[in-house]
Amino acid sequence: MGTDSVTASPPPAPSPEPAGGGRRLRDLMTAGAFLAPAAVLLAVWIVYPTVWTVIRSFFDRAGDAFVGIDNYSEIFSNDTLLKSVTNNLIWVAVVPALVTALGLIFAVLTERVTWSAAFKLVVFMPIAISLFAAGISWRIMLDVDPQRGAVNAAITSVVDAIEPPGPLTGAQPSGAEVETSGGAIALADPVQPGQTALLGLTGVRAAEVPDDAQQAVRPEPAEGGINGVVWRDFSPGGGEPGVVEPDEVGLPGVTVELRGAGGESRSTTTADDGSFAFEGLPPGDYRLGIGSDTFRAGYAGVAWLGSSLITIACIIAYIWVWAGFAMVVIAAGLAALPRDLLEAARTDGANEWQVFRRITVPLLAPVLTVVFITMLINVLKVFDIVLAVAPASVQDDAAVIALSMWRVAFTGASDFGLGSAISVLLFVLVIPILVLNIRRFRREQ
Amino acid sequence: MTTATAPTPAPSPAAEREGLGARLVRGLTRTPVQVALVIIGLLWLVPTVGLFLTSLLSAEEASSNGWWRIFSEPSLATFDNYSDIFNNDDITSSLVTTVIIAIGGTVIPIVVAALAAYAFAWLDFPGRDWVFVLVIGLLVVPLQMALIPMFSLYNDLGIFDTELSLILFHTAFGLPFAIFLLRNFFIGIPKELLEAARLDGASEWRIFARVVLPLGLPAIAALAVFQFIWTWNDLIVALTLARETQPITVAIFSQLRQFGSNIDLIAPASFISMVIPLALFFAFQRYFVQGLLAGAVK
Repeated sequence: MGTDSVTASPPPAPSPEPAGGGRRLRDLMTAGAFLAPAAVLLAVWIVYPTVWTVIRSFFDRAGDAFVGIDNYSEIFSNDTLLKSVTNNLIWVAVVPALVTALGLIFAVLTERVTWSAAFKLVVFMPIAISLFAAGISWRIMLDVDPQRGAVNAAITSVVDAIEPPGPLTGAQPSGAEVETSGGAIALADPVQPGQTALLGLTGVRAAEVPDDAQQAVRPEPAEGGINGVVWRDFSPGGGEPGVVEPDEVGLPGVTVELRGAGGESRSTTTADDGSFAFEGLPPGDYRLGIGSDTFRAGYAGVAWLGSSLITIACIIAYIWVWAGFAMVVIAAGLAALPRDLLEAARTDGANEWQVFRRITVPLLAPVLTVVFITMLINVLKVFDIVLAVAPASVQDDAAVIALSMWRVAFTGASDFGLGSAISVLLFVLVIPILVLNIRRFRREQ
Repeated sequence: MTTATAPTPAPSPAAEREGLGARLVRGLTRTPVQVALVIIGLLWLVPTVGLFLTSLLSAEEASSNGWWRIFSEPSLATFDNYSDIFNNDDITSSLVTTVIIAIGGTVIPIVVAALAAYAFAWLDFPGRDWVFVLVIGLLVVPLQMALIPMFSLYNDLGIFDTELSLILFHTAFGLPFAIFLLRNFFIGIPKELLEAARLDGASEWRIFARVVLPLGLPAIAALAVFQFIWTWNDLIVALTLARETQPITVAIFSQLRQFGSNIDLIAPASFISMVIPLALFFAFQRYFVQGLLAGAVK
């Protein structure tokens, strides 16, 4: 009754083959029935399309004319397609090594803490979410505007702490009496003691007007001195440029510089109503203005999503997703290492670095290879994350092979010939890895 | 970084009685590592937290303010975006589509793969190991190879833009890994159990259903979590082989051109698309890791 087919692999047990052809045929039919659904699916959805795509890649866009290797040479002569190949090479060169290294570092470090499970959970978590949604998260993170993008907000706050922006970053002269020169804003004409100086500014952001600012007052001239005011020369409804009017506030805390004809200079700071005064000045012409430090703009942020950095932006997001995978696989390998070997080395006086470099890493080599190869395959096929992170305007700059294939075949030109050729290129790049995998599998058998 | 393990070839009894001082030294040298890991862990959370907080901002707020403003101004946060989304038919129907595809794309490949894996593990037929290696070889065929021909074939057969056609595509490309994983697990089932069943006169189908499947449950669970998350997260297959049958990823994708002004839809929809996979991940973490290790290390 029972079929005698228990000749499964490990020990090649001599199977008792009591019956002849009929039973063999029935065994074969049973095996066939078990395999049939998988065989049909694999044949129709993987084997047939693979053959079809290879053949199709030698035909033109419509599929009517045989064009030889034209589609393949097109890949390497078309700028956008070539760019996607070189971009993919960057991915291959950078990502597998970086992900493996990060995974190794995390795995080794987590061995030393008691709460490693929590850390692993957090770093591993992104693997569960879609690369597409991960890409969206990073597109928000990497917004160029430091007001919106968290990464640039962090970078900007560091840069601004080293070189602080001025208190009035956007200010402009309000009238012709005042002019800009080299970032500074100064009176166009020299002033003499006894005159007043009116430094009206527009374009002052509301947030940059200090809370203690008061109504600006036109200063009275003073004997032997220069009185003046720095104010926001703008009132609701406009107002007249260069004239201090009601509802226009003084700008406190602005450093005003005065330079005499002989080069001597003095400076003072404006009061709450924006007024300032230089006293006891000898007669003569003076230049008066506000230094460029006051107007220095804050750091504008790194253009992560611009054409030159977009691939790096995508890679950052991708590493965020995959580092946890590498860590978990390597940590499992680490846990399987013979502890006594490591302990023996430590007892022999090896320091932690030597143990890591000379024992841990060599013993982990097979696991590291697996992670590296897995990432290599993943990176060759990268698609979703580029589509999510890169805005449409820079997708030419961010393109990778899989993305180009999809764009060529399914958007715009609908060129199935060229699209097939790009698919085949992708496949050919993966084949060496396939051979490697099968070898590894064979060895294990 | 670890001076604590400096060459102190202490006799082991001393190590046993390792005093408070030694432990303190070791703890202190460990502190930099602890601090580094805390910082890295927090950094790793930022993108997800940022997406969630962004999803709580109105489009106007999100265009002028970063999500971290919510910390200083909690009143900015609102769930209006979420109620909008759940009243948006496009989004709700795309969620239903995603659920259908993910369930179908998980159940069918597991059933088909379990059958095949059983044959590869416990049935004898000529060329078995050779065929098995061939199936493993299919593991690395990029699914891009099938997009164009299946696009044409689906159109010819009139099944373009249906859930079933997407499910079958996911099934086929999930099979090599599923067969590989299940076969390796099934082959570890004690031979005696199967032989006993055979002696009792059970058919192969019965053995498969009553012996191998129940014993293979851990592997099947691992595979199910894996395949479900994989199918749930798909973008490229549905983007290519469907128009109206949009899963959530494609629905979000169609909003991307106006990223800034649609952020009040993109952010909450993206976050919702993460919730189910994350819940599965946390609930079945053990299985997930097992599946992963089986795929990577075996």
